[in-house]
Amino acid sequence: MIQVENLSKSFTLHNQGGTVIPVMEGAAFDVAAGECVGLIGASGAGKSTLMRMLYGNYLAASGHVRIGGVDVATAEPREILALRRETLGYVSQFLRVVPRVSTLDVVAEPLLRTGHALDAAQARARELLARLNIPERLWGLSPTTFSGGEQQRVNIARGFAYDYPALLLDEPTASLDATNREVVLTLIEDAKARGAAIVGIFHDEAARDRVCDRVIDAAAFTPGMAA
Amino acid sequence: MTPLLQVEGVAKFYGARVGCTDVSFDLYPGEVMGIVGESGSGKSTLLNCLAGHLTPDAGAVRFDTKTDGLRDTVTMREPERRMLGRTDWAFVHQHARDGLRMNVSAGGNVGERLMAVGARHYGSIRDTATDWLGRVEINADRIDDRPTAFSGGMQQRLQIARNLVTGPRLVFMDEPTGGLDVSVQARLLDLLRGLVREMGLSAIIVTHDLAVVRLLADRLMVMKDGHVVETGLTDQVLDDPQHAYTQLLVSSVLQV
Repeated sequence: MIQVENLSKSFTLHNQGGTVIPVMEGAAFDVAAGECVGLIGASGAGKSTLMRMLYGNYLAASGHVRIGGVDVATAEPREILALRRETLGYVSQFLRVVPRVSTLDVVAEPLLRTGHALDAAQARARELLARLNIPERLWGLSPTTFSGGEQQRVNIARGFAYDYPALLLDEPTASLDATNREVVLTLIEDAKARGAAIVGIFHDEAARDRVCDRVIDAAAFTPGMAA
Repeated sequence: MTPLLQVEGVAKFYGARVGCTDVSFDLYPGEVMGIVGESGSGKSTLLNCLAGHLTPDAGAVRFDTKTDGLRDTVTMREPERRMLGRTDWAFVHQHARDGLRMNVSAGGNVGERLMAVGARHYGSIRDTATDWLGRVEINADRIDDRPTAFSGGMQQRLQIARNLVTGPRLVFMDEPTGGLDVSVQARLLDLLRGLVREMGLSAIIVTHDLAVVRLLADRLMVMKDGHVVETGLTDQVLDDPQHAYTQLLVSSVLQV
């Protein structure tokens, strides 16, 4: 489902003396449908950079990222937008939403964008918010005022509302209590069971051991860090 | 899929000075594109060339018309271009007073656009106007007030209602949230996003506010000195800018 081939990346800081920082070289791996792969490596090894490149958020210098028939590294913005709408989900650590939009609408949005009826989309959003223990009295409010943990759970509900065939998870269990952590791990297991290909960053080792089928050390792709 | 708008090699010069030059892109149905750049970068000149307010010195602006497919609006006859301006296109000005008739009631401002495309029944025009005032969150009891009695944010929402009432397919926006309070901006952004999704609109938004494009635009074009220096997915251009100018622009934003 996800095929990464000879992927490399460097940052050029034009306004800081044109410094070039190579951050990744020759990244290559595959993730099959129904498989969860964990990215490991010390801070700065390039785990988040790799995730962002898979999502098309960072531009690849060379190489390929093939997801659902689209090469993210070379695709037109329009193709990446369609991929993100229908195939590739991303649960980041930060919630970024238009102020004033209610939590229920934020969570239902991925379903509305893919043509689901409003009733069905909101029913699914309610179910997820309830499962993730967001109090019902908050559903009509904008999540911008929520606590960090609540925002994180809203983000997860949004990421799992639509059944993406491929999912990227950046620290999905960070800052969650035991109950909610268990809910999130179950959501990940359910997604695997329906055939989603998942790439995740988990600092929570127990969580990683439970849901990941194998791990990839990002340091292997870091210039100057490989053993 | 046919692009809704196909722009090829558009250039506009003011004497020897460059307004904008060598601009090409395709805009597809349902896409929202942002154009950012500092004052004088040529973004408004470009928008006015695309919307038929200025005649470009070179290039083609092809629009997918309902009847004849892609047509070059630059070489089109004036009456045809005006018809597009009243039906398939809408233009939201930075200053609402440029897009509104200040001495006509709010209802009249919305109704006038409907009459321009042939609506004649007073009752149904007033009903449609009332419906649209509601959609942009203006109370129905303000329908007979003139825009001069409205706040800046209300005027801007009225301008949007006036523009969208005829169901356009492409909306040009010039700094639509400029000069508004941040709280009013948020409300307007939420409204615009909802309308874009419900009506399947395509839009081109010129702004210098990077936060606005991050929330509204799918794609981004960065201009400097009349040239396009970078294009791409909005989040990619903002999070991983490639060009020196874009890097400067992104790093110059004050963090709240």
